[in-house]
Order: sequence, then C-alpha cells, then structure tokens
Amino acid sequence: MTSPASPNATGPTPGGTTEEPAGSESAPSPAAPRNEAAGPGPAMPRATLTGTFLAMMAREVRVMRKNFLSTFVRVLVQPLMFVFVFAYVLPKVGSGAGAGGFASKDGGPTFATILVPGLVGSAIVMQGMMAAIFPLMMELSWQRSITDRALAPVPVPVLALQKITAAGLQALIAGLLVFPCVLFVHAGGQAPNIHVGNWPVLLLTLVTGSLMCASGGLLLGTLIDPQKSQVLFALVLVPMSMLGCVYYPWAALDHVRWLQIVTLINPMVYVNEGLRTALTPQMEHMPIWAFGSVLILGTAALSWAAARTFTRRVLT
Amino acid sequence: MTASPGPAVRTVDLHKTYTSPRGDVPAVRGIDLEVRPGEFFGLLGPNGAGKSTTIGMLTTLVVPTSGTAEVCGFDVARRPVEVKRRIGMVSQNNTLDADLTAFENLEFRGRYFGLGARDARRRAEELLELFGLTDRRKGVPFEMSGGQVKRLMIARALVHRPEVLFLDEPTAGLDPQNRANLWELLRGLQSRGQTILLTTHYMEEAEALCDRVAVVDHGTVLASDTVEGLKGSAGTDTVITVSFDGAVPEGVHALDRREGVSRIEVGDGQVRVFARSPAGVLGELVAAGAAAGVGVTDAAQLRPSLETVFLTLTGREYRD
Repeated sequence: MTSPASPNATGPTPGGTTEEPAGSESAPSPAAPRNEAAGPGPAMPRATLTGTFLAMMAREVRVMRKNFLSTFVRVLVQPLMFVFVFAYVLPKVGSGAGAGGFASKDGGPTFATILVPGLVGSAIVMQGMMAAIFPLMMELSWQRSITDRALAPVPVPVLALQKITAAGLQALIAGLLVFPCVLFVHAGGQAPNIHVGNWPVLLLTLVTGSLMCASGGLLLGTLIDPQKSQVLFALVLVPMSMLGCVYYPWAALDHVRWLQIVTLINPMVYVNEGLRTALTPQMEHMPIWAFGSVLILGTAALSWAAARTFTRRVLT
Repeated sequence: MTASPGPAVRTVDLHKTYTSPRGDVPAVRGIDLEVRPGEFFGLLGPNGAGKSTTIGMLTTLVVPTSGTAEVCGFDVARRPVEVKRRIGMVSQNNTLDADLTAFENLEFRGRYFGLGARDARRRAEELLELFGLTDRRKGVPFEMSGGQVKRLMIARALVHRPEVLFLDEPTAGLDPQNRANLWELLRGLQSRGQTILLTTHYMEEAEALCDRVAVVDHGTVLASDTVEGLKGSAGTDTVITVSFDGAVPEGVHALDRREGVSRIEVGDGQVRVFARSPAGVLGELVAAGAAAGVGVTDAAQLRPSLETVFLTLTGREYRD
C-alpha cells in the first residue's frame, strides 16, 4: 500500500489518479504537488519523546550556530570592559581618584579574584534568563509561532522543559566563554588567584545555575506582558546583577546586615557563591549546603512552575 | 488507505467558553461534526462564528470546556500527542519558524516527527520541489510573499504525512491568482486521498472545494450537508430584497399568495421575498412602492447559493 521510497517515483498513486507525463513539465507550477506530497507514502517512523526532544535541541543548536557571533559578543563585552576598567585601568591609575582600593595591597585578595567568579556567574544568570525570555516573547506574541513546536508530538510541558534546557545550554556556554576573558585581563601584579578547588561543586553550580536561571526566565516570560519587557529589565535584571554579590562576596555584606539578608532572594547570589566556593576556596564563602540546596530545589521548583505557566499560555 | 476506520473527525456537543475579567465569552456552543476519511469538509461562517476555535480544539491547542472531540479515534483532550501525530495544521497566521530557512522549516518538522537527519533532509527537498519553492530554499519566512508562506506552511503540515489536514482560512489575504493556485493545490491533495478540513468565510471557496459543508454561526452548526444538499433543503429559493425610503407598502403582502413565493419577511423599511419562481417579483415590489408613494432605495436578487442558504438559515445577510 505504500509507494516507493524514491523521491523520483512518478508511478500511479494508490488512489488511482494518473499523473501527467513526467517529461511535460512547463513552468514550475506550485499547483501540482504529485503523489509524494500527501496520502500514503513511505511509512513514517514513530517519533519518540526523546527523539523529538533531541530534534528540538538540534534546532536550537542550529539557530545558536547561526547567531553565535552576535549572541556571544553581546555576552562578552560587558564583563570584558568591566575587568578592563577595574582590574587593569584603575590599579594602573593607582592612588589617584580614590581608586587605590581596587589594587591589591598587603597580600590581600586582588579585586580580580573577587570579580572572576562574580562575572562568570552573572553572565550565566543573565544569558540564561534572556535566552529563555526573548524568543518566548516573540513566539507568544502576534503571530504565535509557538504553535510550530506546540504541534510536535510531545506533551506541551515537555516543550517547556526543552526550552529550559536550551536556554540553560546558552547560559553555560556564556559562562565558559566569559571565564578565560576575565581571567587574563588585569594589570601586572593584579592577577586573580583562581584554581578549581572543588570540581563537583563547580559542575553542580554551572549546571544547576544555568538551568535555574533559564527556568526563572521562562517563568517570567510566561507571566509578563511582552509590552512590558522594558520594565522587566529595569526592575528585575538590573537590580539582580548589581546586588547579586558580583563585586563583593556575600560574607563581606556582614557590614550591611539588612542587605545581606535581603539579597538572599536573589538567585544570582547562590550561583556566584557556588563559583567562589569552587574557584576561590581561600575566600570566605557561603556554606555548600546553603547554595547547593537552593540551586537544586530552586531549579526543580522554578522548572515545575514554568512548565505550568507555559502550558497555560500555549493551550487556551 | 491507511486511515483508521471510523470518522476522521468527530465532535459531540463541543463547547468552548473563554473566561476573561469582563465575563465569559462563549465561542463555541454545542458543535456536532463528523468528517469521513478522504473527505474535503468545510466549516463556513462569518468571522467570529467559532470556526477557528473549533479547529483549535481539534488540533489540541484549545482546551474544550465541555463535550468531546476525536481525531482518528483519539480524544483531543485525553490523547493530544496521539492526535498531534496524525494531523497537519495550517493556521491563519504565519507560524513558520522565523529563525530557520524554508528548507530548515521542513527539515526540522520531519525530525520532530521522527525522521532521521538524512531522511528529513530528503523529505524537505522533495516537498520544496513539489510546492515550487526550490528557489526559495534559503529564504527566511519574513522575506517570503504571502502565497509562498502559505505554500510552505502547507508543505510543512504534510511533512509527516498526516491523516487529517486542517487549514484555517487558507486563502484569507491572498490575491486572486494565489487563491486559484491554492485551490488547485488543495484539490490535488484531496484527489490523492488526503482528508481535509478547512474553515472559510468565503462562500465561493466552500462551494468550489468542499464535498460537505457545515454552516456555522454564533458557535453552533446551522446546517451540515453537501453543497447541493444544502441548496436543496434550505436554499432553493431565490431571495429578493427591496428597501424603501419609507414604510413598507401594504401592497407587498399580496405577494404572499402569489404562485411560487415561499414566504415574505417584512422588516423596518425592507421586504424580503423567498421565491421558487422569482420572475416578476421584483417588478411587483417596485410597483407596490410606487402605488403607495414610496421610492425604492435598494434592490437585490440572489440566486440559490450558499449565500441564500445562510440568509434562509439565519435571516441575516452574509457579510465577510
């Protein structure tokens, strides 16, 4: 009951309709799909959930590859400028302009030592959130191109998890690209003191940190009206990165106790403290159980919530 | 045929009510449909009749409020994944993946549905050729013309050889040439055994394409039959409508007793005559006006068509 698999087959269709002679093709008319277009053809393999999930990830990788330069240049410029000014220019300027505090003195940690984990962490968090939010806002807005993948043969919540995985992958790549950039830009004598002291903690932080922020991004993207995305930037992303313990370790906030407590609602704090634990273990950092449990439970809770709100937005 | 036995699409008392802060909006209120395998079925109705909501429920993206809907024997609410395996959907909007080229749109659709990378590329190539889009293979969706977008969306809906193809207002916004091409294309698909359900608000589109038509208005099916059957049951009358610049003259009621006139509807300054043999009716209406001293501001005579079917069923004129 199936026609031959060859795309050139022009034999009579099972339905009994006869084809125009193969040679008599005039102008390529769009109005004449031949037997291969519809109806019985080579049997389709049955799509599995994993297969469809991986195919969607392959699509993300294809798109990421196309936009690689524009995406990741944007990710790199800010941290690069930051280390350039604070770990190179200001220490060189030295005592002038009160910037002396940024230079290492008396064998204490350099500012670069504090900055490296912070900048890697903030790149992960920002990219994870934006990679989830922005495509989603496009897909949910006027043309609703989300239907393209919503019609793929998987439950809609699986599509949400796929989007989290894809944005998490972008976050991870962003973190890995920022790391060498900020590691090697500094003035003489201002090198950051970085070594991987704890590989399991590093991997846990990188992976769950990426996924947690991607799921948080998906959650925000499904809750916030696309027209108000500017507000999202001003009220969520900017305070998050300024107060995310990027430029100082959380322990240093001892002096501003109320802020130390308030910043605990900021997920970026846990990513940065995780990275500090793994990369600069000599510095004071949050206990592993504290950031570890927030990263793991936070990823699970935010993914669950995002899958729910996403499903509610896609299915009306 | 590989289609499963039983109807391709079946709905029973299907309802959808959208809840909004300003109150509930009933979009579909009890729709019963049955589409047989291989059939070209049309949902015809004005904008806002509930057609798109119905097709949304059948394609699993709109959740029914009550009632049941089955596609190829699978309940759309309980087995959405099985339904999605068996359907292709061409929506009214351009829902092409804007980050991918025309070729990649087809390629990845194939991969989502289980084709291996090489088979997916082969199938994409084949469909681009069949739909006359080979020279647009690297085109991105927002650079393509309306007709090309529609063709690509149909090609994409067919990648996995669905049992039922759904099209929501496929020719809305297309120029006459593209519309004619698309009609030809859809007829070709059906002749190869493709079951098709389309929605349209164009009377002539339903007449030109569909084996059977359900006339939908305000979320319910008013009538469902073949085009000929509908005309036979509800629309054999020619409808003559005359508007006067004053009160409808008494004289028009004489027409009620006239041979070949089925009925007369008198409204505010307007009279509508449903007649099996319409010859002379228009003249008599104008004469009745003249006798009463009122002028005629508008007159129309519609021969039996889906338009008169709609008029007969709803008492309202069909407007797009």
